[in-house]
Amino acid sequence: MSSEPLAIEAQGLGKRYVISTRAAATTLAERLGQLVRAPFAASAGEELWALRDVDFRIPAGSAVGVIGRNGAGKSTLLKILSRITPPTRGELRLRGRVGSLLEVGTGFHPELTGRENIFLNGAILGMKRREIAARFDAIVAFAEVDRFLETPVKRYSSGMYVRLAFAVAAHLEPEILVVDEVLAVGDAEFQRKCLGKMGEVAGGGRTVIFVSHSMAAVSALTQRVLLLDGGCCRFDGPTAEGIARYRALQGGAEAVPAQYVAEGRRGNHVRSARVHTSDAGGVHRHGQPLRVEFDLEVPEPTSSLCFSCKLVDAEDRNIVHLWCFAPEARFRREAGRYTLRFDLPRARLFQGAYTLRAFLSDRRTNAMFDELHGLCPFEVTMDGTHRDDYAWSAGDCTYLESAQWELRREGAEAQRGTVAP
Amino acid sequence: MAYFSLMNAPGPGPVAPPTLVIRPDSARSLGLVADLWEFRDLLWTLAGRDLTLRYRQTILGVAWVALQPLLGALIFTFVFGTIAGLPSDGVPYLIYAFTALAGWGLFSGIVTRASGSLVQNSGLIAKVWFPRAVIPGSVVPAAALDFAVALALLLSLMAWHGVGFSAAMLLAPLWAAALAALALGLGLIGAALMVRFRDVQHILPVAMQLLLYASPVAYAAAVVPARHRDLYWMNPVAPLLEGLRASLLGTAMPPAWSVWAALTTTLLALALGAWVFRRLERRFADVI
Repeated sequence: MSSEPLAIEAQGLGKRYVISTRAAATTLAERLGQLVRAPFAASAGEELWALRDVDFRIPAGSAVGVIGRNGAGKSTLLKILSRITPPTRGELRLRGRVGSLLEVGTGFHPELTGRENIFLNGAILGMKRREIAARFDAIVAFAEVDRFLETPVKRYSSGMYVRLAFAVAAHLEPEILVVDEVLAVGDAEFQRKCLGKMGEVAGGGRTVIFVSHSMAAVSALTQRVLLLDGGCCRFDGPTAEGIARYRALQGGAEAVPAQYVAEGRRGNHVRSARVHTSDAGGVHRHGQPLRVEFDLEVPEPTSSLCFSCKLVDAEDRNIVHLWCFAPEARFRREAGRYTLRFDLPRARLFQGAYTLRAFLSDRRTNAMFDELHGLCPFEVTMDGTHRDDYAWSAGDCTYLESAQWELRREGAEAQRGTVAP
Repeated sequence: MAYFSLMNAPGPGPVAPPTLVIRPDSARSLGLVADLWEFRDLLWTLAGRDLTLRYRQTILGVAWVALQPLLGALIFTFVFGTIAGLPSDGVPYLIYAFTALAGWGLFSGIVTRASGSLVQNSGLIAKVWFPRAVIPGSVVPAAALDFAVALALLLSLMAWHGVGFSAAMLLAPLWAAALAALALGLGLIGAALMVRFRDVQHILPVAMQLLLYASPVAYAAAVVPARHRDLYWMNPVAPLLEGLRASLLGTAMPPAWSVWAALTTTLLALALGAWVFRRLERRFADVI
């Protein structure tokens, strides 16, 4: 890695903001006097170091994720990288043109047509007019808005708007591309397209710095992450490890991981939910038995009471569906407090973050007694299931099934093995 | 969908791109003018955007460029020419007022729009980097276009009224350029200050109104009492406007010293504007 030339080199980067307390009331005349002596020096206020002593070196052609909780300093770092704001301390060296995409559609004007906005947005992002003209067709094709080029963008659907905005930015060709949480918008299909485009950028020898709260996107795009917390760089290394540490930070913030307790509910409802993971702290090792338990409060049993639950991944996809619709189920006849347990002897969920969805309903009347989302967040790791040559990577699959393989050649004995034991 | 194996394919990178060093105190080496030149495409695009937006969804469209100063001149003619009966140096009052109004429109248009431009475009400043001077700079082409249209209208009015043409008219663009330069200098200061002090937007209309009446727009400088006249000519806008009018209509020239003083003030305003702007621009995103 060190043989590659460096694209970005940061040394002791720090950024201080002063939160004005409005204490020092001065006249404008006084302030004008101060302004000439010390421009923008705040009169009085509390200091806040949004970033402190951050060091990193990023070789050209790599894709690096920046993760951290809200307020960790991610946005400040991106603003310094994209030259929007200067650091208070330290030094930053950037080799090559920097293109930044901190927001989708910066400078888009609702009254202007799609065509006009492409040129406007392109110019704002730093493209020359002839560069935009040269890439115009590619931008329109990527955004799939060719029929609406002469329509003011205020009449676009939000999906079209986002597609067009991203398309312009995606066709920037800087040596360093800085991207903030812009994939949070748009449908899943388009998000995949954007990720692919950014992957191309990085694959083409350019450098991508990518901030996201979607760990799936970060692990799909990057091999290395910087984990920021409280303005400091807590970790700089392989993405999988960085994400695990990020989850640990998050876990510390939430009282009990992998558990849910309802409060103040009456009628038929899910009283609590638990996921028993193989390891402590809501971490589950792939392939180990997984138990999911629900306490159901059923004061009014109905003859077609149904319970179901889903294991949902970080991209909000339902991966596993579990249910208990059995006609003989006792909760259809007798009131009481039940515990419903699902055992997955070898949970084959792929690495990533998961939550539960739970539904308690009556099939006949279509009454929905309880509908819960985002329960019991837990994490699946691939620790202990090593794979040669290609390390596990978040884009590999959503669910890993076991299988046998057999390799034959005429005149030789067949070879056999297993996939995902 | 092979986007997760990026590191395997470095690909041919560009050869030794220039290194940019960012430090807390580093003022960028390129000057303001060089910045504007490098980002001229953006400047023109922003100017084009503002022009397009100004007349989109209007019935009369671009005709407003000509109508606005003309209506202003008609009001002036009625109030100052007809009711107050101010002299106009032997030229029809409408033409007399219209000439100065065109110049004044150029000046005040640039000062006012440039001053407000950064705050208006705060969304851009918080999210993208480019030399900030492009934003106030982009109001100049639109104001210049307004002036050119007004000038064309003026020339046709003059022909219609039988006011003679002369070679001195060729100097009119120079007077206008001086007015625009003075306005840009002031606009840069106004814009940089308004980022922090929104007071500027309240002071500005009052200051512009004061300046309008302190300049020979509705009246000839000759009506100012002689004992106040030296003070009067200290206002840099006064000799430039009077000079513009003299070149177009052959009216009295301002005293030579006042013209030199006005040109010196213009250069000072530009230099001060550039200095203040460059001193403050790196922090715009933090305070806007």
